[in-house]
Amino acid sequence: MHFGPHLLLAALEGLVTSAVLALTALGLSLVFGVMRVVNVAHGELFMLGAVLAWAISTAISGHPALGFLAALVLAPLIVGLIALVAERLVLRRLNYNPEATIVATIGMLYIIQQLALTFYGPEARPVEAPFSYRILLPWFGYSGYKLSIIAASALLLVATWFVLTRTKIGLVMRATQYDSETAQAFGIPVDRVYAGVFALGAMLAAVAAVLIVPISQAHYLMGQDPLLLSFIVVIIGGLGSLRGTVVAAVLIGLSDGIISVFFSPTLAKIIATLLVAMVLVFRPQGLFGTASR
Amino acid sequence: MKEASPAKAYALHLGVIVLLFALSFVLPEYHHGLLARIMVLAVFAMGYNMLFGYVGLLSLGHAMFFSAGLYGAGLAVIHLGWSVPAAFAAGLACGAFLALVIGVLALRTSGVAFMIVTMMFAQVFYLIILYFAAWTGGDQGLVVPQSARVLVLGSTSLGLTNPTVRYMSALVLFSIVLLVTLVVVRSRYGRVLVAIRENEDRTKMLGYDTFSNKLAAVLVSGTICAASGAAYALLFGYVGSTFASVQYSILPLLWVLLGGAATTLGPLIGTLFMYHVVDVTSGYTSAYLLIVGIALILLVLFFPRGILGTIRQRWLGWLP
Repeated sequence: MHFGPHLLLAALEGLVTSAVLALTALGLSLVFGVMRVVNVAHGELFMLGAVLAWAISTAISGHPALGFLAALVLAPLIVGLIALVAERLVLRRLNYNPEATIVATIGMLYIIQQLALTFYGPEARPVEAPFSYRILLPWFGYSGYKLSIIAASALLLVATWFVLTRTKIGLVMRATQYDSETAQAFGIPVDRVYAGVFALGAMLAAVAAVLIVPISQAHYLMGQDPLLLSFIVVIIGGLGSLRGTVVAAVLIGLSDGIISVFFSPTLAKIIATLLVAMVLVFRPQGLFGTASR
Repeated sequence: MKEASPAKAYALHLGVIVLLFALSFVLPEYHHGLLARIMVLAVFAMGYNMLFGYVGLLSLGHAMFFSAGLYGAGLAVIHLGWSVPAAFAAGLACGAFLALVIGVLALRTSGVAFMIVTMMFAQVFYLIILYFAAWTGGDQGLVVPQSARVLVLGSTSLGLTNPTVRYMSALVLFSIVLLVTLVVVRSRYGRVLVAIRENEDRTKMLGYDTFSNKLAAVLVSGTICAASGAAYALLFGYVGSTFASVQYSILPLLWVLLGGAATTLGPLIGTLFMYHVVDVTSGYTSAYLLIVGIALILLVLFFPRGILGTIRQRWLGWLP
């Protein structure tokens, strides 16, 4: 294969990564933006989505698309419910204190990971893709399912953007993000907004996981990389900024796809992590964000 | 804060050291070895407590200081054939240098950003260890040869693999670090650190250079953690990348939270307690991370002052 098609393939793979990353990071970014909570267990909620997708799709017999669709609907709902319970039982009692919630979500990370290991086991298991249509390009065939991931993710991102900027719910969320005390004084149920946002963030991660699981397999440690990458995306994009998150996800996904084709993945990770730490040190509002109050 | 009585505090700490010394002669073999390990790791927790407890800076990356000491000492012995004291010094130097660099960078941030930045630097450190697997042994780790773990003092040579020598070496390190922390936190400098934790802006207004005070705290904390790592490599003879992973940044946080942040003896109690909880429960379940997770959540929810912190608040106001 020549260099051009090779690069196109790397770029397509990078776009798939970006699509999933954008959804996961958006969940993290929403939770941080509105609640000021850094959810270290976000990657585990992602993993939980994938594991549930496997469980649901194997429980349903018949055409693979049927099981996949059921997983796409049910897995995020279950993960959202778990997040809701965790929020009510733990985060709310901590008054959303940023440092205490980090420690608590680290605790959740270990609990979810260990439970997944105990009940799901250490194996990596695949989920069958809903369809196996291949699109034939002049140089190579490309999985139609992978392209549909990009489309689905774009659709969900636009929907989230619409809800955030054009609806009453979004207005309430933005008001809470801007100044929770004043929002409370104006009769906004801040407490319930927090619960909803935390569940929504978890559901975005779970949807991303269900979308990716037919091409990557479900495994109990699969939450670690998405967590780190989401952190990177959210920091580069500016904490709590939707547009920044999407731009950064595409940037990171593409460069990750292209760099790991040509260089060692460990080296790529070292450089990326170091660069992001430096961004956080020297430009804490992110590359695209504006300084927060 | 109640007026502290120095004599009582020093007597208590010396009493703890004497007790640990006496335990060496009565403990059965298994617990003897376990306690030596706990003392070395309690030094790690004390180093963490220096920054988290007294300055209020929550780092999620202290595994890098521990493993800087671990690899600094271990690799000096394995690749360069250095003697035990020289390797220990190399471990300390690596930790101190890393702490200085990380401190200068990470202290530009505060709060949540500080936690994430330290976690990321530690992740970079961990990945670097994996990347240079040819020298570090990657995730397999390296064994420090027994023949090299001999401490030569004048004409006598002490094998660090001998349980008694190992226990006493751990105790000496633990005692030195314990007394150093006690002196530091009772000094003028220690008070400035607490003032920074309580209200940094006001401390700045009073004319203190908070940045260099915090940097010094990172340096002291990092060096103590490196001492623990170096001692671990030399006493237990294993150097591995697990010790640089995120988990080993979380564990000292857990130990300190459990024992009581900003208490001098809290780290020892937390480490001791957690080790035994894991030891007892591992008889029933292999899900040791589950215990760690539940302990973390219960601690922040119901018991944020930890064991000694609660005792100090309720009954013994003079505890340092």
